[in-house]
Amino acid sequence: MSSRSYVGKSPVRNEDRRLLTGQALFVDDVQLPGMLHAAFVRSDYAHALIQGIDTSAALAREGVVAVITAEDLGDYWQPGPLLVPPPPIEGIVFNQASQVPLAKDRVRHVGEAIAMVVAVSRYVAEDAVADVIVDMEPLDPVVDLEAALGDDAPVLHPQLGTNLAAHVVQRHGDYDEAKLSADLVINRRFHYDRGAAAAMENRAVAARWDPRSEELTIWDTTQAPIPIRNGLARMLGLLESQVRVVAPFVGGGFGPKIMMFYPEEVLIPWVAIRLGRPVKWTEDRQENFFATTQERSQIHDAEVAFSSDGKILGIRDFFYHDTGAYDPYGLTVPINSQCTLLGPYDVPAYHSEFRAVFTNRTTVTPVRGAGRQHGVFVMERLLDIGARELGLSPHEIRRRNYLRDDVFPHTFQILFQDFAPLYYDSGNYAPALEAALDIIGRDTFREEQARLRAEGRYIGLGVVSYVEGTGIGPYEGARVTVEPSGRVRVATGLGTQGQGHYTAFAQIVAEVLDVAVDDVHVVTGDTREFGWGTGTFASRGAVVAGSACHEAALSVRRKVLEVGARVLGASVDEVELAAGSVRVMGDDARSIKLGMLAGHANPLRGAVTPGTEPGLEATAYFGPDHGSTASGVHAVVVEVDPETAMAKFLRYVVVHDCGKLINPVIVAGQVQGGVAHGIGNAFFEQLVYDEGGQLMNASFMDYLLPTAMDVPRVEMAHRETTAPLNPLGLKGVGEAGCIPTGAAFAQAIEDALPHLALEIREIPLSPNRLWELLRDAAPADRRDEPIGAEPMAAD
Amino acid sequence: MAQPVEISLSVNGAPQTRAVEPRLLLSDFIRQDLGLTGTHVGCEHGVCGACTVMLDGESVRSCLVFAVQADGAEVTTVEGLTPGEGPLHVLQEAFRDAHGLQCGFCTPGILMSMVPFLRDHPSPDEGEIREALSGNLCRCTGYENIVQAVALAAERMGDAGMTGVIGGEVRAARGEGPHPGS
Repeated sequence: MSSRSYVGKSPVRNEDRRLLTGQALFVDDVQLPGMLHAAFVRSDYAHALIQGIDTSAALAREGVVAVITAEDLGDYWQPGPLLVPPPPIEGIVFNQASQVPLAKDRVRHVGEAIAMVVAVSRYVAEDAVADVIVDMEPLDPVVDLEAALGDDAPVLHPQLGTNLAAHVVQRHGDYDEAKLSADLVINRRFHYDRGAAAAMENRAVAARWDPRSEELTIWDTTQAPIPIRNGLARMLGLLESQVRVVAPFVGGGFGPKIMMFYPEEVLIPWVAIRLGRPVKWTEDRQENFFATTQERSQIHDAEVAFSSDGKILGIRDFFYHDTGAYDPYGLTVPINSQCTLLGPYDVPAYHSEFRAVFTNRTTVTPVRGAGRQHGVFVMERLLDIGARELGLSPHEIRRRNYLRDDVFPHTFQILFQDFAPLYYDSGNYAPALEAALDIIGRDTFREEQARLRAEGRYIGLGVVSYVEGTGIGPYEGARVTVEPSGRVRVATGLGTQGQGHYTAFAQIVAEVLDVAVDDVHVVTGDTREFGWGTGTFASRGAVVAGSACHEAALSVRRKVLEVGARVLGASVDEVELAAGSVRVMGDDARSIKLGMLAGHANPLRGAVTPGTEPGLEATAYFGPDHGSTASGVHAVVVEVDPETAMAKFLRYVVVHDCGKLINPVIVAGQVQGGVAHGIGNAFFEQLVYDEGGQLMNASFMDYLLPTAMDVPRVEMAHRETTAPLNPLGLKGVGEAGCIPTGAAFAQAIEDALPHLALEIREIPLSPNRLWELLRDAAPADRRDEPIGAEPMAAD
Repeated sequence: MAQPVEISLSVNGAPQTRAVEPRLLLSDFIRQDLGLTGTHVGCEHGVCGACTVMLDGESVRSCLVFAVQADGAEVTTVEGLTPGEGPLHVLQEAFRDAHGLQCGFCTPGILMSMVPFLRDHPSPDEGEIREALSGNLCRCTGYENIVQAVALAAERMGDAGMTGVIGGEVRAARGEGPHPGS
């Protein structure tokens, strides 16, 4: 296409200088004249009735400007919208109960906002929060997922009369029939528990109402600035064009920064208008633990039917999904669990049924992986248990069940989170397993394991597979403009939280227009710059917005060549792009720089020819019919100390297929970072609630994120199975690294301790919890259906 | 509200005199009173390290220091590494070249931890780098490229006979060869 190629290379990132020098704007950096600061009174109880709120002492405090309760909001007080409606699945039950701006008569989780204090400084606002007296009558909390549906369970949302948020059954084939012909049926219960997304930047919102221009500007750490703008305009009775939402540099998203709406997003703009002064609120870390959405608690009762040669005949899975106090995000997470369980495997019969339940815990919305972890964990554990029972290696049972490479595109009968039938656009799974085993050293690992065992050290191998549905619709857009300076401006609607969009999108456009990558200036997440789109989620930024950038750049390229040919007195066929210029082929003297050409395309005299537009600019949209399915294999070597149950990842191999790579270094960074998140999820991080619904470890002192000492260098191999449904062949990569880590870890721990009848059926683990499991494990020779205590060959 | 206390200190080489509440955190003083928003606040309880600055040449968590405690001190923030539009500090350049940052929120604190670390450990091995980094949390990168960036900076400083002092100017040519992080 051009003389220089940028896609597939790894230039340094365009955004890094600003980030490295402290010049990048984050929301909490916004400081405006006359700005006020908000802080929130939050519930200390998981479940309680509000009998009264006394704000008088707070209002009397010097420096306090306003104290707002639900009553003060009048008609503006409305439950939030349903962000994602339930998919059209036959027989589906969905009970909506979305969050409210401020609790009015009842609180449903610790940390739920009850009142907002606005003051001259955050310090004074926090002082005044302590002045507010809330009279609460505690109620019995609902914490346990199964007990939540019991007849005697307290009900969170009386208007529903039940804690059932949803009941969904999806199936293909006939599991009962498959089970009749099975040689081996395995039935187990699996637990997955909550973790925090723990972006390093907490949430923040700042708002300014300008009464002269009648414009509302909101700086928001959201992953979805355009839907936030549209919703706020509707709620505030403003035109969408009067509301500008800016998501500037955002310090990590990982899912929870997309919500419609967090209470603070509703309240800060409203109070800024009402007071006629800019107002800012920045979440502190403790608030983040209570008030920012979380994920991952599910309980699965899963059954698999195998033939004697290890082929899956069918799977039946019943699971409980904890949606927390409210369910504004619909069923994205449990539907992802339901679909992703199938993974890269051929499952002829599948019956999957879940009940989502309300509990008195923080609301659940997607966190990096978004339900996929749970499905992968259940499936991979079932395969491991089946392999042991059948005397197969974990690798061989996977080989026997992978979908063949000639079945793509592959459509399932069950619906995915995008409401379309689950669809695998492309894939090639078996070679990734062999590649991972090659990197681990299939011939040497068992020798090494035996050698270390003789020294009293216990290492184990875990090798698991996964797929990830990425890059779903509906659409994103981009506008590409060649400016008179010769620099190229790209605007797209989604927000960016560290994924390198400023560089990856620039590479795509630079390749099409044959300009330097650092001459392409990308802006994301500012609704004034681009007002159509949805947001950054589901590993879709590069796939969907990247494809839109590509389409828009192609249109600009056509304009450049047309205008260039006219100015140079040649035909379009005779001109070409060359390093920031258009030139007549074979005649270097006849050329014009793109910036000059932009001037010609915007003349001060003459007329714009009918059917043409001024400027070298184009806007394009991209909406794929289906997402693109990324896949991979993780292979880990874990050492565990059987005395202390401390475990350490010695090696971490990822063979990953996300289609064509725009920027391999950025992709590798996404995978390495995802793995770190997955390691935390597997062994370090757990949000521990007591039976009263109190979160017991709401600080980084007690909730442990992995550090540089805990995360090994990921050894990576990329496979590129090009995606057919977008022009660049892309698949998403943002979430993949953290999806199969728990499953790999569990397999490796068992492999390290073959003398124990250990069967890990829960994640997260911790040294304490693993120690309990080791303590309680029988010797392997007393397993119900024993297998040899000798480790399996790594083949 | 307690009476404000006047403090005088040097921030990035510039003298500053302000009256502050005794309870004002150094992190808030730097960000709000001085407008130096490159120093970020991630946890306000001294764990994440995002707010790290140099106080009299040593790394401190500015969320665990009161501004009044910095009276008379020399404070250096990330803005002090690269005055104006000048060339990047060798450590910043290494972070860019090794893709040692993604969202960049934790990055200023990591830089301000690593500047004195490299001054005191001009030829660190990987284990020393990881240990030195273990007081700074990063959720995006998985640390590997940060480790590589610090090692790269140490190597370039060694080549240039530098000791990691601020204001050093090493513009290591960026070749077209393999990316250090790849």
